[in-house]
Amino acid sequence: MLSQNIFTITENEKIADKTFRMELSGDASAIVRPGQFVNIKLNGFFLRRPISVCDCTGSGLTLIYKTVGAGTEYMSTLHAGEKLDLLVGLGNGFDTSLSGDSPLLIAGGGGVPPMINLTKRLISEGRRVQCVIGFNTANEVYCERELRKLGAEVIVTTADGSYGVKGFVTDAVRGLAYSFFYTCGPLPMYKAIRSVVSSAGQYSFEERMGCGFGACMGCSIKTRQGAKRICKDGPVFNSEDIIWEELEK
Amino acid sequence: MTNSPDMKISLCGLELDNPIIPASGTFGYGHEFAELYDINVLGSFSFKGTTFEPRFGNATPRIAECPEGMLNSIGLQNPGVHAVINEELPKLEKCFRKKVIANVGGFSVDEYAKTSELLNACDQVGMIEVNISCPNVHNGGMSFGTDPAAAAEVTRAVKAVTTKPVVMKLSPNAADIAAIAKACEDAGADGISLINTLLGMRIDLKTRRPILANKMGGYSGRAVFPVAVRMVYQVYEAVKIPIIGMGGISSAADVIEMMLAGAAAVQVGAANLVDPFACPKIIKELPGVMRNYGINKLTDIIGGAHNG
Ligand SMILES: Cc1cc2nc3c(=O)[nH]c(=O)nc-3n(C[C@H](O)[C@H](O)[C@H](O)COP(=O)(O)OP(=O)(O)OC[C@H]3O[C@@H](n4cnc5c(N)ncnc54)[C@H](O)[C@@H]3O)c2cc1C
Ligand SMILES: Cc1cc2nc3c(=O)[nH]c(=O)nc-3n(C[C@H](O)[C@H](O)[C@H](O)COP(=O)(O)O)c2cc1C
Ligand code: FES
Repeated sequence: MLSQNIFTITENEKIADKTFRMELSGDASAIVRPGQFVNIKLNGFFLRRPISVCDCTGSGLTLIYKTVGAGTEYMSTLHAGEKLDLLVGLGNGFDTSLSGDSPLLIAGGGGVPPMINLTKRLISEGRRVQCVIGFNTANEVYCERELRKLGAEVIVTTADGSYGVKGFVTDAVRGLAYSFFYTCGPLPMYKAIRSVVSSAGQYSFEERMGCGFGACMGCSIKTRQGAKRICKDGPVFNSEDIIWEELEK
Repeated sequence: MTNSPDMKISLCGLELDNPIIPASGTFGYGHEFAELYDINVLGSFSFKGTTFEPRFGNATPRIAECPEGMLNSIGLQNPGVHAVINEELPKLEKCFRKKVIANVGGFSVDEYAKTSELLNACDQVGMIEVNISCPNVHNGGMSFGTDPAAAAEVTRAVKAVTTKPVVMKLSPNAADIAAIAKACEDAGADGISLINTLLGMRIDLKTRRPILANKMGGYSGRAVFPVAVRMVYQVYEAVKIPIIGMGGISSAADVIEMMLAGAAAVQVGAANLVDPFACPKIIKELPGVMRNYGINKLTDIIGGAHNG
């Protein structure tokens, strides 16, 4: 259930090219599932910025974000001690009850952050976790060590081959055996994943949002269960509910 | 104990505890907000624009950021009037004791009338708000709200099939907003609400294409407040029926300014999306701000900015 809380930044550091990790302290108890997100009010911007929860404890949370525009650029200039107004506990998150014994996590670029919290949860539920995380090039790579530390087996791919396996996440996924998959990344990656996965899975979607909590219909997606809101009914949808032909448009 | 200032208002025969009404399209059918606070603190609320048939709306992206505001091109996504009556209103009854404002959209005069007639039969509906910013499919897609004759025709058609107060919601994209308001009044409207969103566009510098899939969208939020105040002021001079003022309201001071321009009640739109608690916050701060400006009774200030 959504709550609006003021958080204090305790750390905001660059961890890779154009990629920052922000640690915040405050009441994060509304966050109950991996894959949920927060919506951040930034000074000088009208709409809030949605960012996935990378990790959380009851008293704080971690976000990892890429600077892609004015809002995230501004975020990267904030210092420890500054305060931010967050809506927390947004979205449905991943359903770990579907994982089976050996789930596969597939993430591309900006989709990696929620995999931390998801890995943590799955490992605590006694699962064997394999992660495939893909980047363009070596200096963009992040979260590899964190995922390993949590106990996951990690394969990193880079498109230019400057680190890990050369190619796309799909190149690494092909050879693996797994019971279920969870994925977060850009739409073109999903289209490629679809043709190589061998199990059912869950996909996390992004859309430009007006509210982030289900009030404006800004983020609608057509599913086999009817029209859904990515912010409230998603961002995570089951593979069998997604109407891929609609997303091709 | 200091006696608290009187925030009660009367709107087309409906008695409201305060003039704060969440605007259509920013409050769904109430449930999302009822999970967050007791929505009975509101004067009322205007539900999502409802059409006769269900509509998915436009392709995404439907939202774009602007300075002090936003563009939306939702395209009137709604489950259709039958689902609203059979599913949404019964759910709403469990969390809202007050009368709701039924916002009606349409693409022909006949559609407005059919939808309004069905909603008129619902006890929970206190008032019908007719959104005439929609394009008229029988007239080359020209908005009903930009032509006095078309606005009057919709007004007459809805009035003919309803017994509840009918408020016509005007588009700021009309050349002469006062003329549209007057046409609606002459055709029997019980009230006027304004403004709907201003037509706008944003272009992505990286892709060099409009951000919205629909290319154009409606601009709202704080940036439009001065435009809204000006239009409410002009309409107040043109008609005698009550006005619901909206456009960019986000504080109690804005509420007072809008009422001085001529509004009998106000609606709060985009502010709810950015701060889900915007309306209860405004209601809470209103008595203090009234006191600061020596206002004991809110109804005393309606149209106060006009001479004579
Ligand atoms: C559920 C969800 C989870 C996300 N998680 C992360 C994350 O963990 N890390 C991360 O780096 N990014 C994440 N994003 C993307 C992030 O929201 C955008 O990169 C960010 O909003 C861009 O803001 P800006 O002001 O820098 O860019 P601008 O392009 O200047 O933003 C303009 C407007 O477009 C919106 N916008 C732009 N790109 C996106 C996008 N990809 N998705 C949604 N809205 C967008 C902005 O919110 C803003 O309203 C997530 C998006 C969603 C919907
Ligand atoms: C996301 C969104 C959806 C809207 N949908 C409707 C609608 O369905 N019917 C309608 O009459 N107005 C709709 N509006 C317009 C608002 O009700 C209001 O007139 C306008 O946004 C100006 O107020 P604001 O500046 O406070 O947002 C919508 C506005 C927004 C932001
Ligand atoms: S962003 Fe408003 S409903 Fe999803």
